[in-house]
Amino acid sequence: MPMKFNEPAGANPIDRQKVIGKPFDRIEGPLKVTGRAPYAYERHDAVENPAVGFVVGAGIAKGRIKSIDVTAARKAPGVLAVVTAETAGKLGLGKYNIAKLLGGPEIDHYHQAIAVVVAESFEQARAAAGLLRVDYAAEKGVFDLRGTKDTSVKPKPSGGDEPDSAKGDFAGAFEAAAVKLDETYTTPDHAHAMMEPHASMASWDGNKVTVWTSNQMIDWGVSDLAKTLGLPKENVRLVSPYVGGGFGGKLFLRADAVLAALGAKAAGRPVKVALPRPLVFNNTTHRPATVQRVRIGAGRDGKITAIGHETWSGNLPNGKPENAIDQTRLLYAGANRMTATRLALLNLPEGNAMRAPGEAPGLMALEIAMDEMAGKLGMDPVEFRILNDTQVDPENPERKFSQRRLSECFRIGSGRFGWSARKQPGETRDGRWLVGMGVATAFRGNLVMKSAARARLAADGRITVETDMTDIGTGTYTIIAQTTAEMLGVPLTQIDVKLGDSAFPVSAGSGGQWGANSATSGVYACCVKLREAIARQAGLDPLKADFADGQVTADGKSVALAGVANARDIVVEDGIEFGDLDKRYAQSTFGAHFVEIGVDHATGESRIRRMLAVCAAGRILNPKSARSQVIGAMTMGAGAALMEELAVDKERGFFVNHDLAGYEVPVHADIPHQEVVFLDETDPYSSPMKAKGVGELGICGVAAAVANAIYNATGVRVRDYPITLDKLLSAMPEVG
Amino acid sequence: MAGPRDWEISRRDLMVGAGAGAVLAATPKLAEAGASLASETRMPTLASVSFTVNGEGRRLEVDTRTTLLDALRERLQLTGTKKGCDHGQCGACTVIVDGHRINSCLTLAVMHEGSEVTTIEGLGQPENLHPMQAAFVKHDGFQCGYCTPGQICSAVAVLDEIKAGIPSHVTVELDGELLPTSDEIRERMSGNICRCGAYSNIVDAMAEVAGRRA
Repeated sequence: MPMKFNEPAGANPIDRQKVIGKPFDRIEGPLKVTGRAPYAYERHDAVENPAVGFVVGAGIAKGRIKSIDVTAARKAPGVLAVVTAETAGKLGLGKYNIAKLLGGPEIDHYHQAIAVVVAESFEQARAAAGLLRVDYAAEKGVFDLRGTKDTSVKPKPSGGDEPDSAKGDFAGAFEAAAVKLDETYTTPDHAHAMMEPHASMASWDGNKVTVWTSNQMIDWGVSDLAKTLGLPKENVRLVSPYVGGGFGGKLFLRADAVLAALGAKAAGRPVKVALPRPLVFNNTTHRPATVQRVRIGAGRDGKITAIGHETWSGNLPNGKPENAIDQTRLLYAGANRMTATRLALLNLPEGNAMRAPGEAPGLMALEIAMDEMAGKLGMDPVEFRILNDTQVDPENPERKFSQRRLSECFRIGSGRFGWSARKQPGETRDGRWLVGMGVATAFRGNLVMKSAARARLAADGRITVETDMTDIGTGTYTIIAQTTAEMLGVPLTQIDVKLGDSAFPVSAGSGGQWGANSATSGVYACCVKLREAIARQAGLDPLKADFADGQVTADGKSVALAGVANARDIVVEDGIEFGDLDKRYAQSTFGAHFVEIGVDHATGESRIRRMLAVCAAGRILNPKSARSQVIGAMTMGAGAALMEELAVDKERGFFVNHDLAGYEVPVHADIPHQEVVFLDETDPYSSPMKAKGVGELGICGVAAAVANAIYNATGVRVRDYPITLDKLLSAMPEVG
Repeated sequence: MAGPRDWEISRRDLMVGAGAGAVLAATPKLAEAGASLASETRMPTLASVSFTVNGEGRRLEVDTRTTLLDALRERLQLTGTKKGCDHGQCGACTVIVDGHRINSCLTLAVMHEGSEVTTIEGLGQPENLHPMQAAFVKHDGFQCGYCTPGQICSAVAVLDEIKAGIPSHVTVELDGELLPTSDEIRERMSGNICRCGAYSNIVDAMAEVAGRRA
């Protein structure tokens, strides 16, 4: 029976914070910095001499394949097999997939995989892939979101939420408001652009397949690979101990895993497949572009009386909308409210989750609107936000936030950043630079997911924890080891953590910033059970047992952990399930982002000078790795503000800049020293760890803070991301 | 420039030669076993190449299309060097060749006859970290770890470049002493993308190592 988390956590061993809450270096760090951590494509240790599969992507966005001539490819040197939809046999569609991972004859999007060519070597597979002759019948598609406003529809409810929400009389209150804002903002399609391309290696043993892969959610991947291949789930094993970045792009089964498995079956030997970088952008998922209308009405006192947020985005058939209105339902007070979500049919590649789906693009719009509104009111943007802070769900005032210290984030941040030195737009000058400061709210829901683990105490006192949880750079290895060490009262160095293998108990996985809190809670539950088993084995009363300094103690008797498991290892398995505390209380994470920017008065070039984030996110399990999550998210937010945009070819229907030179992400020179402050807090409503997540909170609001800083520097308001210099130049102030 | 035909010897000749105990010469030897040059039926052109990797002499017979990156990763199984883009856009494949950092995906293995290659594995080992590797751990200069070997190889070479007085785009005084300032570090490291966004911590790690040297 898993542990049920139905009521707020009381005092527990985690509160000791001897190991938890300390800034330990990552325990897998030495492996990563010496190149010894093996990623999916590198498992020479697991499979000797695999063949190599090269993926071919569709050259049209919509239509069908009339024929594929594979003759030349098959005859090419070293080629072992060519797999297409024609030869692959019947394939299912994964629960989490929208478009087929091996396309044909129908093509759903550009660069949808249509073949894998398997050869003895990468060079041979790549050369042979170039010999495929594909004859397409292209059809017209819809590729431009801005032309779809009239044809977009109200989507099905997703995640239990209706697409529209309403409270009070928005229209009347907005009409009557003394000060009003009604503006439209646009955000472009974004790419995850993680550094490790999607990669998998597959090996069959009869009708069982093992896939070494790079995936955030092991159990989803197992289920969907089994469904796609028509296998029982128990015949599929996924192994993913190291993931070279995901950001949502590796939440789901993708073509690399399916084609490695199909290629291996066809070739009769293990096969590895990595998506070539230029294929990643159109073959996999992306954060969809949005058009967002925000309306805010307030009294002259600055109190919001009406707030409305509408968003539309596009996707393939059966795709979901980008829920850019999510935060607006909970973030600011105001009696009269509305949100609406609309979805257009687009024949672009599949839109799906990227770091803070919903809130990341939603706050890009809302938090510029708040800055504009503060300007209209003649109020300081920090004071305007504090004035409209709320301790209850504004749509349902009986429902309180479990904990909400947003205003404190702003006050602390203002002081540390020197916010009071901010002047009116265009008034601060440093040589050729116009200098400005901007601020925005960070807000992201606190999601929880059930999670399990197995723990083993060996005779020498070492404890091994196994769970299919992944570490995608988030610090999972370390915080799970810290949780275990805290619970068992042993040093961190006594703990071994094994992750990312479907042979281990099913965890929360890495997504939605639920990973750290949920997975360590599962480990907590497992450790509670291990403590009981150890106490009993040691002949002590489990209810009285205390674990500290490598010993278990009860009724004045102490026994060293090393030696308790003398005959055989003590092994337990348990997990946690969450009740409805996240329904009874609004649970979120909060922060305030401060940015200082310089804009070249002549060229319009923007350079970020300083960044500060102040975050309130429950107990911080490891301040070092948590801070890294936040600075990394701030960096991605800076990219969204200043440079990131998948450029759509609106005739042929694909993302044109599909590599790392065309899709610009921040580099060293773009990012200054970054500061992060975590409020010292615990949230017992969240989990026994009393923690929340920070990895997505960190990106929420950053882009708007940058946009607002550019406005403060120049007086130019840009509502169309990214804020590139061409959008500033024509409106830049005349300065000498 | 000699065309392939000028270099041509047959694969069988090469095998016979090798079987007879012939020692491969220092220059790459090429073998073309295909009857036709039409790409559809062309057999891989093979060549032998010898270089030093992390102080150890290695000799390989490679498909001439093989990049130095794939020679390291696939043939020598030194997978610490990463393939992020295979196009010289991300820097994950950075290694140090004859004292200079290069993108190993942008150079063919056969171009490195006699080269001395240092990869991340050669800089240090988990129980014996190079000072830069130790500083990356201490300052958390990485998250997912995939760009990290390239960042570290670049970082080591960047500090050497600054020490050698090689100017960069942001160098203000060309005749003064060149210092490892944050601006110099950021400018020179900008060919190494970290999507996890560890830049601020990487600069801290490098500054610490630079300070220790000074």
